[in-house]
Amino acid sequence: MPSDARAPLGLKLAAFGGLAFLLAPIALIFLYAFSTEEKSFQWPPPGFTLKWIGVTLERTDLWEALVLSLKVAAISTALALVLGTLTAAAVARSRFFGRETISLLVILPIALPGIITGISLRSAFSLLDIPFSTWTIVLGHATFCIVIVYNNAVARFRRTSGALIDAAMDLGADGLQTFRLVVLPNIATALLAGGMLAFALSFDEVIVTTFTAGNQATLPIWMLEELVRPRQRPVTNVVAMAVVLVTVLPILAAYYLTRDGEHTAGADR
Amino acid sequence: MSRAAAAPAIFAPRAGLAAGLADWVLLHPRMFVFLLVLPITLWLGIVYIGALIALLIQSFFSIDEFSGMVVREFTLKTYGELFRPYNLDIILRTVAMAAAVTAAAAVLAFPIAYFAARYARGKWKALFYIGVMLPLWSSYLVKVYAWKLVLAREGILNWLFAKAHLTWLLDAVLAIPVIGGNSLSVSYAGTFLVFLYIWLPYMIIPVQAALERVPGPLLEAAADLGATPRQSFSLVLLPLALPGIAAGSIFTFSLTLGDYIVPQIVGNSRLFIGQAVYTQQGTAGNIPLAAAFTVVPIAIMGLYLWGARRMGAFDAL
Amino acid sequence: MTDAVTFRGVSRHFGSVKAVDAVDLSIRDGEFFAMLGPSGSGKTTCLRLIAGFEQPDAGHIAIFGEAAEGVPPYRRNVNTVFQSYALFPHMNVRDNVAFGLRVRGIGRAARHRAAEEALAQVELAGFGGRRAGELSGGQRQRVALARALINKPRVVLLDEPLGALDLKLREQMQEELRSLQRTLGLTFVFVTHDQDEALSMADRIAVFAEGRIRQVGSAEDIYRRPSSRFVADFVGSSNVLPADLAGAGPAGRWASLRPEDVLLDPAGREATVTARAFHGRVTKLTLDFGGQALIALVPAREAVPEPGATARISWDPARVHVMEPGA
Repeated sequence: MPSDARAPLGLKLAAFGGLAFLLAPIALIFLYAFSTEEKSFQWPPPGFTLKWIGVTLERTDLWEALVLSLKVAAISTALALVLGTLTAAAVARSRFFGRETISLLVILPIALPGIITGISLRSAFSLLDIPFSTWTIVLGHATFCIVIVYNNAVARFRRTSGALIDAAMDLGADGLQTFRLVVLPNIATALLAGGMLAFALSFDEVIVTTFTAGNQATLPIWMLEELVRPRQRPVTNVVAMAVVLVTVLPILAAYYLTRDGEHTAGADR
Repeated sequence: MSRAAAAPAIFAPRAGLAAGLADWVLLHPRMFVFLLVLPITLWLGIVYIGALIALLIQSFFSIDEFSGMVVREFTLKTYGELFRPYNLDIILRTVAMAAAVTAAAAVLAFPIAYFAARYARGKWKALFYIGVMLPLWSSYLVKVYAWKLVLAREGILNWLFAKAHLTWLLDAVLAIPVIGGNSLSVSYAGTFLVFLYIWLPYMIIPVQAALERVPGPLLEAAADLGATPRQSFSLVLLPLALPGIAAGSIFTFSLTLGDYIVPQIVGNSRLFIGQAVYTQQGTAGNIPLAAAFTVVPIAIMGLYLWGARRMGAFDAL
Repeated sequence: MTDAVTFRGVSRHFGSVKAVDAVDLSIRDGEFFAMLGPSGSGKTTCLRLIAGFEQPDAGHIAIFGEAAEGVPPYRRNVNTVFQSYALFPHMNVRDNVAFGLRVRGIGRAARHRAAEEALAQVELAGFGGRRAGELSGGQRQRVALARALINKPRVVLLDEPLGALDLKLREQMQEELRSLQRTLGLTFVFVTHDQDEALSMADRIAVFAEGRIRQVGSAEDIYRRPSSRFVADFVGSSNVLPADLAGAGPAGRWASLRPEDVLLDPAGREATVTARAFHGRVTKLTLDFGGQALIALVPAREAVPEPGATARISWDPARVHVMEPGA
């Protein structure tokens, strides 16, 4: 509903005020990462320094948490890519008994509060005597990452004409060639975008993880402990800044990928 | 491109196991769909739903008060415990907080969404997009942490109030019973602010999507027919934005109901549902009560979704 | 000589919908065959059965005498020009055209050369590097055609290939398709809902309705001698009237009379003009002829009576086609 009219002043103030409310706290993170103050959250910062970045880089516990987080996010994303794409293909391309149930099932882990997913997985692990490991974390993460990949893939499958698959087979491509030469290139950007979002979500997840990690620490778990019992504020400040950068950059990339995909995949319809 | 005289009308099958398998699948489309949905059915349908059901079943067990062991016999006793004043307070407190956060988010989101949908152009449009997406996708914990910085006694908010000679106003707010407290970071007012900040983007996006779909000439038509700006807003714009607000409220309400980290970090010692679940299953070791507590947000959200659906919220998702 | 495509009692049902219902059909080698019918009449499903996208629930399909049931599309030496062209959006024009050769393992240089030749044949030489999205509708249509022809198929299927083009371009493409088909000597099977297109292009036409074939014959046959009221009405909206009223047969039978065969004749019988519409080359008169509505198409140069006036009309009884009883 774009309009060429000028916005009323009150609306403008409210809108930009709201935007400032949304962005200011994040900007604050970047400032505090360079503060010289180490015992409190003093504002304005008494001075600025780069030394905490160096201190943070030398912390082995942080590196271990980071490696675990990356490992979990990578495996969960890979699993979610396979499961989400297969499900999206079935739901978008055909009608079958239970189709509605499956599309509901996929969004359930994200629709229900994370604490419910977390506690039910934990009690299932303890009922079945499954010890905590990287794989228990992955199980929880992949469960809610599937929906992210699924949503991206299902939208792309719906936009991509089914006649393309017919055309490929008509021209002599067998099932595998059709997948490799036509299906995959057409959904690739959607999968990349979905994969990035899933990765970011997994990398950041804390609620389900507190139930499925046992005494392993992912980066968010490390942060949570710092939040509950602050011990090393300057290091936490730097980690917070790094986490913002790591999660936001893939999001921006994913946005540009799906935006471009809109005219390539829909061109023939 | 002249025609090959002896070209067959039908070619021989491709060699190889994979090609043969792919052929078989192509000629049995139902089997193909079955194979596609098999993994998700096993994973979510059996592992995930199975875990949820197992949890639900445990809510019908009870705990032996002397030994602390779970008694595996069907009883509604654990659900009865939810209605003890202490536990009932937890539930009401959480629902009240979720409702307050949802209402405030709707009020705050509307001008942002409306401006972005109707007036923002080019780089302003991009700024509003980033302005909503950045906090949406930034790490949840980092956002909570940022508010710890903002609300700290030595932090920026107190400093701003002091600079503006408004410290008296802040003190007056903190002096209000129930929502106030010693400082913002240990009061309901603080908890509310953090919740509002964290879930606000989830409200803006569906409201903006709903408003983008309102044809511009519609408002001009309203003005043309003699509606004042106030009437245009309440008679045309608001009803059309309502499905978006309802959709956004599903997120703000549900996410607040289930959260246990925000009130733990910014707030006083009184529990919310999420914290109750966490302490019951963890330190207290009372899995049946924890399970019964998780049923509360599910039931509330079930009711809420039913109502939202009647308002057309799902069309705006 | 073996027929190009044969259907024997072929049915394809989707749930309770009988998309194709016990169809018998023979398409001869080298002919331009049109499948004509309203949407949902089963013509496109028949095409998809030939291509192999659908498998019959009952009956037999043969392509040049070889049984085609259970054969996936890629093993059939049959290629399709799709309704929306279905060009691959992630490939340029050259790779689209060369796709059929690529999946058959032809090397890059050879298939690119063949693609350029095929593009030249459809007058798109030099367009190989472009993306499908950069082409006009008519150009995409030609690319789709070149892509379908590059494998040198035995049968070419065309699914409403001209539907998306504007009138002028459509007429031009009709001629081009016709002459291409003659030059190549291939069997073309063409699906359309446009009777003019079918009449002007096809050697033979099958008229479809509700999953069944109502009539197969030459354009002349279908137009002049419709076998049923449906065919008479669908192909060129004929006047259908009782045979005795038309003066051409016994009571109780139906007859069809083409609007252009109704002539203004001072010595003719009386009818009342109820409406008049100017259509350029012809004027369309709606007449009340003894309680029976009649349409007449009169050349524009003739003087035409006003609505409400009496017109005198006649026709050559040889032009009246009396249908079989019960049709």
